Amino acid sequence: MADAIYRKILHARVRGQLSYRGSFLLDCLAQAIAQGGELLVILVLFNRITALGGFSVDEVLLVYAFAGTAFGLSDLFAGQLNALPTYIRQGTFDVLLLRPLGTLPQLMASDLPLKRIGRVFAGLVVLVYALLHNDVVWTPWSIGLLVVTPVAGAVIFSAIWVIACSVCFWLVDGQELTNTVTYGSNTFTSYPISVYSGWLRRLMAFVVPGAFVAYYPALAVLGKPDPLGAPAWLGWVSPVVAALVAGLAAVTWTFAVRHYRGTGS
Amino acid sequence: MLAGSATNVVFGLLRMAVLLAALESSPSGRIAGYDVAATVTYVWLGQGLLSFVVLWGDTALADRIRSGDVVVDLYRPWDLQWALAAEDLGRAAYCAVTRLVPPVLVGALLFPFRWPTPERWPVFVVSAVLAVLVSFGMRFLVNVSTFWLMDNRGVVALYGVGTSILCGLTVPLDFFPEWARFVLWFTPFPGVVQGPIDVFIGHGPLWTTVGHQVFWVVALFLGGKLALARAVRRVVVQGG
Repeated sequence: MADAIYRKILHARVRGQLSYRGSFLLDCLAQAIAQGGELLVILVLFNRITALGGFSVDEVLLVYAFAGTAFGLSDLFAGQLNALPTYIRQGTFDVLLLRPLGTLPQLMASDLPLKRIGRVFAGLVVLVYALLHNDVVWTPWSIGLLVVTPVAGAVIFSAIWVIACSVCFWLVDGQELTNTVTYGSNTFTSYPISVYSGWLRRLMAFVVPGAFVAYYPALAVLGKPDPLGAPAWLGWVSPVVAALVAGLAAVTWTFAVRHYRGTGS
Repeated sequence: MLAGSATNVVFGLLRMAVLLAALESSPSGRIAGYDVAATVTYVWLGQGLLSFVVLWGDTALADRIRSGDVVVDLYRPWDLQWALAAEDLGRAAYCAVTRLVPPVLVGALLFPFRWPTPERWPVFVVSAVLAVLVSFGMRFLVNVSTFWLMDNRGVVALYGVGTSILCGLTVPLDFFPEWARFVLWFTPFPGVVQGPIDVFIGHGPLWTTVGHQVFWVVALFLGGKLALARAVRRVVVQGG
């Protein structure tokens, strides 16, 4: 039954967005350009240099493409969580709790911003370009890795989103803090982690497992040893990391929802 | 507000890391005249300026146009454009303390930073105020477009993503290829972020930068006035 309900809800969301067609297309374009913005930064920088953190332009583009595609997918399904503070402040979260459906799926289905497809599309275009311009060893394994990486990355991003948003049950106005790890991770993962240093790298690559979204898988696809000396098998464990953080996200969410108190009116 | 500053600082750290890594890869250790101190100053001043000038655009007027409340604004005994500009300057003055200074202090206290020479301070203040006005002029036009479009979210979204790059927030405009810089300085965008930063770190000709800003403040203001006058002719007040 739940499936049918979600299908109906999502169908309505899609039709709603298509009613202002011109604005919708511009929104799609804006998303693609937003994704292209970071691309432009990379290209402008490489106009002046030949390597960044030990990576050539085509190699950086592969990292960027993995990250961008994964973030676009995640934004499509989990970006709605940004509205959570409003639900909590106004007490409308009560409504979600009363319905015989999970609170997290309800929130995720509260919108299906199709414009994010613009972002995914931009990511995929760069991915194809990067694959054609790098020396990729084509084996069934590397093809599998290529397909799995954006999905695993999207799951990691979404799990980060859920965990970070859970903080809002305590802070209420913690949205901006959440952005630090969600949108911040998008920027972070778009570059090889060898660009960053110190605690910033440790925090965003390993505590927030950003290094597994794009960096390690890209090294595996390229068959390139990590300039920071990490073992090569790390490129293959992103799905495992994704499953672990997804589990952690589920536990965190359940714990956080239990903490919720309505506004009482 | 504290949480907002945290986001701002993290993005500053990320952007600074990427640019400094690029400097490291450059054989001379500098790119387009930017050394480490200039790059650090560029990043943190940019992080401060972005909310000071409302870089990504706003929809306050657009929302009032869509809801029809703009009618009330229009028959008040004021010039709507001047009133909104004054309001925006007041907002900027508050933001200078809460949003502009904190990231600059982070950069200045934790990293090699370059303060302007004493005689550049007053010019920087003027340039910063002009930056707010250039940004206001562009945002006003984007908002007024709602009179024709009814739903201008697409335009706002496009404006928001365009400004980060065209104004020189994400990467210094000096890093761009020659032709791109040439074209960009014919547009108002550099006056919003890159202009005040150039004045602050002592890059480029001082008075040309300020002159560029003055020109665009005037041009955008006149453009906005014209657009509003034309738009008002389209306004139909529903009785009730």
